[in-house]
Amino acid sequence: MSTNGKPKFAMYWAASCGGCEIAVLNTGEKILDVDANFEVVFWPVAMDAKYKDVEAMPDGSILLTLFNGGIRNQENEEIAHLLRRKSQILVAFGSCACEGCIPGLANLSSTEQIFKAVYDSVTSENAQNYRPQFHTTMPEGDIHIPKFYPVLRTLDQVVDVDYYLPGCPPESHQIAAVIDLVIQVLNGQASLPLKGAVIGAGQSTVCDDCPRQRNVKTIKAFRRIHEVEELDPELCLLEQGIPCNGPATRNGCGALCPKAGAQCIGCYGPANGVVDYGARLISAFASVIDSNDPEEIEQILDQIPDPAGQFYRFNLAGSLLRAGKPAWKQ
Amino acid sequence: MSEQFEPILVGFTCNWCSYRAADLAGTARVKYPPNIRLVRLMCSGRLDPAFVIKAFAEGADGVLITGCHPGECHYLEQNYKALRRYLLLRRTLEQMGVEPERLKLVWASAAEGVKLAHEISTMVEEVRALGPLDWPRWWNENGFHAVVEEQAQEVTA
Repeated sequence: MSTNGKPKFAMYWAASCGGCEIAVLNTGEKILDVDANFEVVFWPVAMDAKYKDVEAMPDGSILLTLFNGGIRNQENEEIAHLLRRKSQILVAFGSCACEGCIPGLANLSSTEQIFKAVYDSVTSENAQNYRPQFHTTMPEGDIHIPKFYPVLRTLDQVVDVDYYLPGCPPESHQIAAVIDLVIQVLNGQASLPLKGAVIGAGQSTVCDDCPRQRNVKTIKAFRRIHEVEELDPELCLLEQGIPCNGPATRNGCGALCPKAGAQCIGCYGPANGVVDYGARLISAFASVIDSNDPEEIEQILDQIPDPAGQFYRFNLAGSLLRAGKPAWKQ
Repeated sequence: MSEQFEPILVGFTCNWCSYRAADLAGTARVKYPPNIRLVRLMCSGRLDPAFVIKAFAEGADGVLITGCHPGECHYLEQNYKALRRYLLLRRTLEQMGVEPERLKLVWASAAEGVKLAHEISTMVEEVRALGPLDWPRWWNENGFHAVVEEQAQEVTA
């Protein structure tokens, strides 16, 4: 390992899609500032490095680690502990590490259901019905692959986390601002935020950034975008019956989706002060339904066919209940 | 003889009706099972769905929401909001594996002590029949996330 005196930087992906890495590269020339100010020691998607190289580093020798992805299997967990030990600042980077994100939705299903979807559906060719086995004995010896855990966990459910940078993926200008801040801290021009802070995002809700006009909301029907004949470009989407997650979602993206005529799906996670993201949305949606008749209310609610998916799309693993019964009771 | 399962219920009551109904039941010595823990709110409309979710996450086997009869809310129409939140919350919880019978909404005026006691007794028996919910405790006593012992299984075809 070279020692050029620069502070060390690492980035890792656990159970994630790789979009967070793309978002980092999308910062454009800012990535050169990272290179100018840091020595990149570990970043599987961008450079060759082995886990044993990280293990050989002294504890606390990496200044900044951006960790994206949830903890789905044994390997994710081991690397989370390893990087926590080696890093001074560990950032839960992106929605998966912060709150579970889309991979966290698998927490509604049992391991068997997940494996069936992956290894035994129309898109997989698996006539022999093979399933991965954690231990296999071969003539040459035992082979192990990482164990698949029944419940996906967020990074802070496994190790201590210093900061949270939400988003799916985090907006590149927000990442750039955080990189700038860290460089300023290195040069003694700024100080770090309090531990546990959410960085690279706003302190309010998406509605606060949304330019659409808001009135007193009353809804007689929930509709999907393609079911609306003509979308009012100026009016609040929720008022038009589009299930928009803006009221509970942290701002920071600049309300990109509502501006473009699509509902907020909640990728920046819960806003400040929200205990349970889904609960906040249930409260918001139920409040605006314009009916006091139980039967009519049920009919309107039928138009949200997948409430758990609507209200916990990004937040299931980070919610109070964390996982559905099929996942934890196996 | 094995010990009977005693469910834990959390009951949210409205200051203006159901809390007084429970009070009346007490004054009139109407009996209802001690399985329920009543929490007084100013109105059923104060009930954040997060209260219910937290109750289930921290060991409740059932949650009873009570409020004023439709049209009789002290704050005009907040009990209708509670009704809509309850209906939507029940659907969401069902997807998570919480049986709909574990969450119930009951209207009880300040005069209906007997009715409330009856509803509580009924619900305790219903939840007893369902058995414990046993939601995993994801936190330890310090409030931090406990390391959950993850039992990974071999899945065979």
